[in-house]
Amino acid sequence: MQEFLASLVSVAFHGVAYGMILYVISVGLSVTMGLMGFANLAHGVFAMAGGYILTTSLDQWGLPFPLALAVAFVLVAAGSVVLERLLYARLYAAGELAQVLFTIGLIFMATAIARLIYGTLQQPVHLPEGMKGQFDLLGRDFPAYRVFIILFGASLVAGLWFGVERTRFGAMVRAAVDNRAMAQSVGIDTQKLFMATFALGSGLAGLGGALGAEIIAIQPSYPFEHLVYFLIVVAVGGLGTLRGPFVAALVIGIADTACKYWVPQFGAFLIYVATILLLLWRPAGLFGRAA
Amino acid sequence: MRHNGSYSASPRIGLLEWTPWIIGIAAFFLLPEYLSLGARILIFILYALSLDLVVGYAGIVTLGHSAFFGLGAYAAGILSARFGVADPALQLLAAMAACALMGLATGAVILRTRGLTLLMLTLAIASILLEVANKATSVTGGADGLSGIVVAPILGLFRFDLFGKTAYWLCLAVLFVGWWITRRLIYSPFGASLVGIRENHVRMVAIGSPVSRRLLTAYTMSAVLAGVAGALLTQTNQFVGLNVLSFESSGELLVMLILGGVGRIYGAFVGPVVYMIAQDMLAKQFPEYWSLGIGLLLVIIVLFARDGILGIIDRLVALVRKEAR
Repeated sequence: MQEFLASLVSVAFHGVAYGMILYVISVGLSVTMGLMGFANLAHGVFAMAGGYILTTSLDQWGLPFPLALAVAFVLVAAGSVVLERLLYARLYAAGELAQVLFTIGLIFMATAIARLIYGTLQQPVHLPEGMKGQFDLLGRDFPAYRVFIILFGASLVAGLWFGVERTRFGAMVRAAVDNRAMAQSVGIDTQKLFMATFALGSGLAGLGGALGAEIIAIQPSYPFEHLVYFLIVVAVGGLGTLRGPFVAALVIGIADTACKYWVPQFGAFLIYVATILLLLWRPAGLFGRAA
Repeated sequence: MRHNGSYSASPRIGLLEWTPWIIGIAAFFLLPEYLSLGARILIFILYALSLDLVVGYAGIVTLGHSAFFGLGAYAAGILSARFGVADPALQLLAAMAACALMGLATGAVILRTRGLTLLMLTLAIASILLEVANKATSVTGGADGLSGIVVAPILGLFRFDLFGKTAYWLCLAVLFVGWWITRRLIYSPFGASLVGIRENHVRMVAIGSPVSRRLLTAYTMSAVLAGVAGALLTQTNQFVGLNVLSFESSGELLVMLILGGVGRIYGAFVGPVVYMIAQDMLAKQFPEYWSLGIGLLLVIIVLFARDGILGIIDRLVALVRKEAR
């Protein structure tokens, strides 16, 4: 019993940390898909870029860890704006197939570039000394870095919710998600708004990739391999909301950790089956409104 | 010309439509050292044709078509390696049956959804099959792949030889049958209604077309064709690897189809030929630059030439005709 409890706590803890990472990476995808209806399968590319930027700035530029995280966020956000203006913006009116193919093309290119620069091996993450050890809480040991991820993620979530629910910018985003044409006609520049949201969402993906580099290994196959998970979070949570993907990410993080711990022979099988059943029950996701 | 499903298009097989078969037969005699590549190309043409039916005609965007290709490949392989059934016709039939069941079962539930949810579900189904194939090592061989596959001579007469001659003819013959059936389907009222659904789903429902049943039929047909292609791959290679089920496999197939041209039957012929010959020449020497180039090509096609190589040819022909006038 004692042992079972210990493993239960451990699974919940690691699951929440994993879920936080999934949320930080995927929330931008949910908002951009809700806002512009763009099927951006290349979202994982931004997360991978964030991870590579983190390891490079730690190992080669010798930056301190917090600064490296900030650099990952800023560089990925800036890069995504360039991509958005040059390429994505041309395809907003195009069909789903064109968007899917275009973003698959981006994934192919990104994995090739990652392989050319960094090789195929996964990147080691050198955490700062203070985050390497164990953290003692109520007589149990927890890895300090995961505690940091959970706390950092929680404060990020709080900041994001405040930003969207309580600020003018957030109100404009919500208005545009609800009804883009109407928002535009009352004077909201939805194009600029979308650019800003896209940058923020991609930057967050970069931050999530950097933050989670120790949990989700940074390697060239990253955008393909984890795409299913990012999409599951968004599809299960529902488009254009912040709350939906959060709940979905936590549930999936915990469920995935639990499955891998107790029934490793099933792998991710149960998660996929659960996702399919849930989407059949509620095609618009847990918190999404029916289209 | 892009066939838009109108009744004005003549359903008779035009002279130009025989060229793929003439080339296919000529290639056997002229390029004997490339027969194994040729067989692989023929298999992927069939696979691309099956994708064209759902994506190009029915307008169902799927990321999980590899599910059926892989299921067909494994069905044929498992039948031989685990149950000792070496007859190639039975292997093909088993692949068809498995894919028909799978297509019917998954199509019945997922085709009710649209957009992101549908993308997600197709991807999830392929991922489930990949996960099963990976974990059920005693049946599928897992990550090491399935080996020990035996294929008996076709009709008891034609043995699978080392040079891939028999395999090439088998692939060519099966592709011909697959093409003929697909073409008949597309030029039928059924095909016209598929195009109608692609162009305007709501209106087709409104005019009383049995939309869900049509989509399910097209999806299942396509699943069977993809399964046959998978089974042919198993028979030519006498090996099944996990990669037949991977997302990259579905992605690559989409690249081939868009390269040739979506929704025009022969795009599925041109795309795999160009893609796989280029791959054969370039991919081994420059693997990184190869996938960089493919990505770049895909982006360029989507931005500037969404109707693929055949679309470009169409436009050139139209231009020349205008000049001549």
